Order: sequence, then structure tokens, then C-alpha cells
Amino acid sequence: MPFTVITEILKKMIKNDKVLLGHGSGGKLSHDLVSDLFVKYFNNNYLDKQTDAAILELSGNQLSFTTDSFVVDPIFFPGGNIGKLAVCGTVNDLAVSGATPLYLSAGFIIEEGFSFEDLETIVRSMAEEAKKAGVVIVTGDTKVVNRGKCDKIFINTAGIGKIETQHVHIGEGSRIKPGDKIIINGSIGDHGMAVLAARKELNIQSDIQSDCASLNGLIQNILTASDGIKFMRDATRGGLATVLAELADKKDFGITLEESSLLVRPKVRAFCELLGFDPLYIANEGKVVVIVDQDSAEKVIQAMIANEFGKDARIIGEITDGYPGKAWINTGIGGKRILDMLAGEQLPRIC
Amino acid sequence: MRFIDEYRDKELVLKLSEEIRKTSTKPVSLMEVCGGHTMSIQRFGLPSLLPVTIRLLSGPGCPVCVSSRKFLDQAIAYSRLPNVIITTYGDLIRVPGSTSTLDREKANGADIRIVYSVMDSLEIACKNPDKKIVFLGIGFETTSPASAAAILSAYKQKISNFHLFSSHKVMPPAMAALVDEGVKINGYIAPGHVSAITGVSIYKDIAEKYHLGCVIAGFEPVDLMEAILMLVRQFEDNEPKVEIQYRRAVRPEGNIRAREMLDEVFEFRDDWWRGLGILPASGMGIREKYAAFDAEKMLTVEVEPTREDKGCMCGEILKGLKNPKECKLFAKSCTPQNPAGPCMVSNEGACHAFYRYNRNT
Repeated sequence: MPFTVITEILKKMIKNDKVLLGHGSGGKLSHDLVSDLFVKYFNNNYLDKQTDAAILELSGNQLSFTTDSFVVDPIFFPGGNIGKLAVCGTVNDLAVSGATPLYLSAGFIIEEGFSFEDLETIVRSMAEEAKKAGVVIVTGDTKVVNRGKCDKIFINTAGIGKIETQHVHIGEGSRIKPGDKIIINGSIGDHGMAVLAARKELNIQSDIQSDCASLNGLIQNILTASDGIKFMRDATRGGLATVLAELADKKDFGITLEESSLLVRPKVRAFCELLGFDPLYIANEGKVVVIVDQDSAEKVIQAMIANEFGKDARIIGEITDGYPGKAWINTGIGGKRILDMLAGEQLPRIC
Repeated sequence: MRFIDEYRDKELVLKLSEEIRKTSTKPVSLMEVCGGHTMSIQRFGLPSLLPVTIRLLSGPGCPVCVSSRKFLDQAIAYSRLPNVIITTYGDLIRVPGSTSTLDREKANGADIRIVYSVMDSLEIACKNPDKKIVFLGIGFETTSPASAAAILSAYKQKISNFHLFSSHKVMPPAMAALVDEGVKINGYIAPGHVSAITGVSIYKDIAEKYHLGCVIAGFEPVDLMEAILMLVRQFEDNEPKVEIQYRRAVRPEGNIRAREMLDEVFEFRDDWWRGLGILPASGMGIREKYAAFDAEKMLTVEVEPTREDKGCMCGEILKGLKNPKECKLFAKSCTPQNPAGPCMVSNEGACHAFYRYNRNT
């Protein structure tokens, strides 16, 4: 082995000897961690697909199964709290796989000394959100750790849904082809900026609301309205850009996004400008990116607009045959540039 | 949004693009000195709107990029001291030192906190009287006045546990050194926010002695396109001069109050620049009067021998001699996730901007 190769390997080992915040960012480092460690050891056909939810077959029925942990800081923010988020997040992961979410579990890790009043508020909003989304929280677990050993409260939820055979392809996006349209159900960047603004250390007054919402109702509407849905993904950590860059990665199609079609609320934009963030990379908790057959695009938009969480639905780009494997953005001023996955950690503990 | 939308107007940008095309008859190389400009140029895809006659070079204006690896090694050494809290702007956290980075030290248990303002460090200092706070001061006149204000405030309020580790620098010596080194530049897109503090006089020599145009530009697409047009006109007419495009922020005399504060706290010293080496009177050291707030004087650490990455071209790239894509490590062993050199880490670094926005063109 040539010396340079050995030093490269050594360097990589030295560089990666500790877990960094970026490994949990939902961006490139998380992506690498999943591929290089979890998939490597857990190794099975379901996991290999690396979809938001695994599709399982159980006595002739197709089930969708997923899990997610929530460590958002602060635990209360405009538009939601860690409990609501924990329900919405898992409901959405199931829904974007094409499934109807049915049952949830809830695991709590609580720091000694945490206020009962806050705990009740959190649990109450979980119950309310579950009711709204039409899911039942059927099992759970509670652990309490010494003061200082976790920050207030962490919640894990897992969920099961049922999925119709004709929707199984959606999670993988195996039917995407050039000409398909990319649709989103509204503005981007709201959740990340709402949480950031709620952090005391920034000392910024803002009434930016998180978009945190269960989208299974909206998704049910579009699946009923059209059989042309090719792919869905909730644009959470890493934001819209990461979803699209990840989707295009290693595929034989490209993606073009129109910056002028994106909706970024003025306050979110102002806040992003102030702090130097790009809204394309900011987390959303109530936004689904949908890829549809071009003939179905209008129908899907109409179905979204009819839902309370899709009033600002719009086409934001399309699948192309040029630049395969890459996502591009036509900038608002008429320029053109590449859209990459989030590198490193933009905002820790956003969900 | 006011002050943004009007400077991101597509029609206006395209009109400027057309005007530049009409005006530019001979090849011209323009250097954007400031990393903020590099980022904007790439983020908005401006190169795709310029004629082939115009070459944009990225200059030495990304503070993280030009700072020495020794600075980082010393910061890492401070972070390993007991009872020390390091406060820093987020940019530095992933920059490779000789054998470690600040985020790896953080994962190892060092108390390293990202702040948005140096004033937050003062607050941290007040809340942790038994700890020593070391703020990593990097940047040009955009950040150095805030560092000066923090020291003055600590002096006044007798906050004795706040220390600044200064790598603050000034730009003109580097702009002159580039030309002295024979880098082929026909004009500078001069930094907007630095100039808001310094005023225009610092560029006088560049225009008069070196016959290079300097246009002080804002950071929005319309600003940059207009600045490019102004430089192209100067070049075509062979009339290099200092002009302000960024009139809404920059006054010819600059910000006198901020400069007084800088002068009170800092004194010029020779400083090392990546790619350029040691430049006389290009760095800002803390004056003796404020030595109690100078981390270098108050905290003793042993710093490991500096080891630079072989093959990393950050030096050449910072001088505009090489384009990031010409570096063998670019997008291979050097990526934003696993950076070999500082230009790949900082948001304002040329390699980072190219990797993120312009990798495959």
C-alpha cells in the first residue's frame, strides 16, 4: 500500500474517533453514519432501502414501521412543544411512506427534578395531536435519570401504519422520471427559525410560528385525488435542499428547483439574513415534498389547497434528464448553482 | 423585504449583466477580496451571468482561511486548560488544527461555546467568575471594533476573567502583497463592511501606486453586478480609482468612533497570512495598557508543533493563483465534512463556496 493511502486512512480514523454534533444533523454526516455503521451491522433488506419507514409484510398485510427521537431545545416553542413534535414527526414519517398511521408508542427519558406541570402540558398536547391525527398511543416507557444526565426531557416515538400495495413504491421513489413535478405544501424554514428564535441566548423577540403539524390528512387527500404520486418526503432536518440533493444522489435523473417559486415568510427570511442561514437548509416539521406525474400536478395542488396545511401549496421544480445525480437551483436573479446536502451541523437540537 | 428585495431584482441584475457584456471588450481579472462576496457570488450563481472576458478571483478576505494553523493549535491548547471556557464564532469550530479541531475537543469534554457576539462572552464571564473566558478574535474591521468594545467594557466593569486571543488583521497590506507577488489582477472588488469602518483612504495607495481600481461593493447580487460593471468601465477606460458602490453603508470617511476604539485597544504588529507569509503591520495585537485581557499574555500554554496538510492549496487559492477545482484534494479527500484546509471549512472560504454551489460546472 502506498504511503499516501495509509496516511489518508489514518487521517480518516483520527478525524472520526468521536461522535460529533454534525452526526445528528440530518445532513451529510448523519447520512454517512447510517450507511457506514448502522446499515453495515444491522444489514437487512428493509434497512438497505434507507427509507423514512420500513415496509413489512405480516400475514398478507403490508405495514409501515418507523421510529424517531426528539431532543428539541427549548421544549416549548411558538407553534408547538416537544410532545406535539414527537407525535407529528412519527405520523409524518409513516404518512410520507404512503401509509395510514395507526398506532404509536411513546418512550420518555426525564431529568430528575423536571416539573410535573410541564410534563402534563407535554403529555396533554401529545394526546390532542394524536386525536387530531387519528392515531392511538398504545404503549410506552418512562425512565428518569439523575439531574444533569439529560436535558429536561427526551421523547422517542415509534409508529405503525398500514399501506396499500399500490403505494408501496412511494417510499423509494422507484417510479420517478424526467418531467415529473416537485410540489411542496407551503413555506419553508418556519420550524427551525421558530425554535432558534425561542432560544433565550439569542435575545431576539420574534413571533415566528413553527409549522409543526400532522400531515397524514393532507397526504390522504392527495393519494385519493391522484394515482400519480411518485415520492413523498417530509423536509425536516437538513431542510428542502437536503431532501432533494439526497433524492438525486446516484440516480439517473437530475432535479431543478426554481428559487423564485419558493415561499419563505418575510420574518423567517429576515431572521435567516440576519444570522446568515439559508432557508433551504432549515428544518420544517409540517412540510412534505411530493413528486408527481406532470399531468397530476394540478390535481394534487388543488387537493393540498383544500386542506388547512396546504393553503400555500405550489410547484417548485421538476425532475430533469440533464445533470443526472445532481440537484440544481435556478436562483431568483436568473443565475444557476448546485444544491448540496447540508454539511456539518447548522442548528443542533432542532427536533 | 426592504433593503434586500430591491437588490435581488432579476430585471435589474439581467440589465447589469447585459451592460457588462456590452462594455467588456478585453479579458479582465477582478478579485473579490472579501469572503462574504465570494459566498454571495456563488450562492446567486453570478458567474453564469458574466461574459467569458471576466474572470473572478477569490481573495484573502476569509478570516478563518488566512489565520495560521498555529492560532488554532493555540486555541485548542487553551481549551484543554482546566477552568477555561472558549467562546468563538461558529466558523472556527471545524477548522483543522495540526492534530485536532475545536469540535473534537468539545466532544472530548472541553467547554467551547459558539457565540453570535463577543458581548455574549462578557456575559458568560460574569456568570462564571471562577472560570477564565478566552474569546477567539478573528476577522478584519468588521469584527475587530466589537472585540475592542468588549475589552473596553471589561476594563470599565473590571471583568478580570475575560481574555481576547487576537488574530485580528487589516486588509490593505494583503492587497498590496498580492500585487507585489505578481498575482495578475486588474481590479479589486473591495470589502463593503470593512470599508464602512475604515473609509476609502486605505485603498488610495492601491489605486495610485499599483494602478488598480478598487470598488467598494455591497453583498447583494445587484451590488456585485454594479461593482463589476464599474470596475470593467475603469479598466476599459484605463482610469483606475477608488469608488464606492455600497453607498448606503459606506461613507468616504468611514466610522471614526469605531476607529478610535480600535486605536485605543490595538496596535499594529507583523502577522502571518496563509499563502502570503508574514506581512508587516498587518495584524492587531492588544496594547500593553490592556494586557490583563490579552490571552497570549495571561495564559501560558504549550503549543504543539504546527503541521500543515501536504497537498492543500489553500495558500495559492487565497492568492487567486489557483481555482479550488485545480487542487488535487478538492472534493476528494477535502470536503466540508472532512476538510483538509481552512478554505473548505468556513462559509466564506472559496473552496467551501465552490464545493457547495459550483462543484460540477
